Amino acid sequence: MSTKRFLYVNRKAPYGTIYALESLEVVLIGAAFEQDVSLAFVDDGVYEIAKGQSTDGIGMKNFSPTYNALGDYDVRKMYVEKESLEARGLTVDDLMPLVYEDEEEDYAEKPSIHVVSSAELADIMEAQDVVLSF
Amino acid sequence: MAMLHTINKSPFERNSLDACLRLAKPGSAVLLIEDGIYAATKGTAVSDKVTQAMGGIKFFVLGPDVKARGISDDHMLDGVQVVDYAGFVDLVADHDNVQSWL
Repeated sequence: MSTKRFLYVNRKAPYGTIYALESLEVVLIGAAFEQDVSLAFVDDGVYEIAKGQSTDGIGMKNFSPTYNALGDYDVRKMYVEKESLEARGLTVDDLMPLVYEDEEEDYAEKPSIHVVSSAELADIMEAQDVVLSF
Repeated sequence: MAMLHTINKSPFERNSLDACLRLAKPGSAVLLIEDGIYAATKGTAVSDKVTQAMGGIKFFVLGPDVKARGISDDHMLDGVQVVDYAGFVDLVADHDNVQSWL
């Protein structure tokens, strides 16, 4: 089976709707097929990876720690749209510090998150074989 | 007749906040819940609009929904009062009517 480039586009805030959790589930399932996977966080999707989430008070599962596990599934490319962060008064420091281990450099931890402009993200989107939207 | 308005949608995805602020009368209160809480954060595309509306409308936000979404205290707009579930009930009891902006 040939490797295809998959992009998962996340545009919804967590908890208010089921989209964010469903996306994460599909990413984890897809990771098992050893494809070239990227994630994009656009619009309210940037809230999915906000740090410090604590859901004790709303009786829902806090699924944000799961994003930390994606590096172990070779999901290493997480693109966050700069314009979306700025419209929400956020910076990369407000996001979870997601990393992966680079086996070619003695398992050094490297950041998975890349803040990109709309123009850069448009190029990334165009380069994909499959785009899945959530 | 003071009315309590609740908003549960993100101001960046739906126009619920806009519609509410357009139609809410001075003296009423707005309680931001669920994804609506993002309207109570600083430095956003809508924070000026919310701050301006505070002239005539009191703003509240549901604390557990804020915590769930990882929004820290220093990201909250000044002048927004945080309430818990009991505070939600008090707000409903203290107002004549509730309008939910979905």
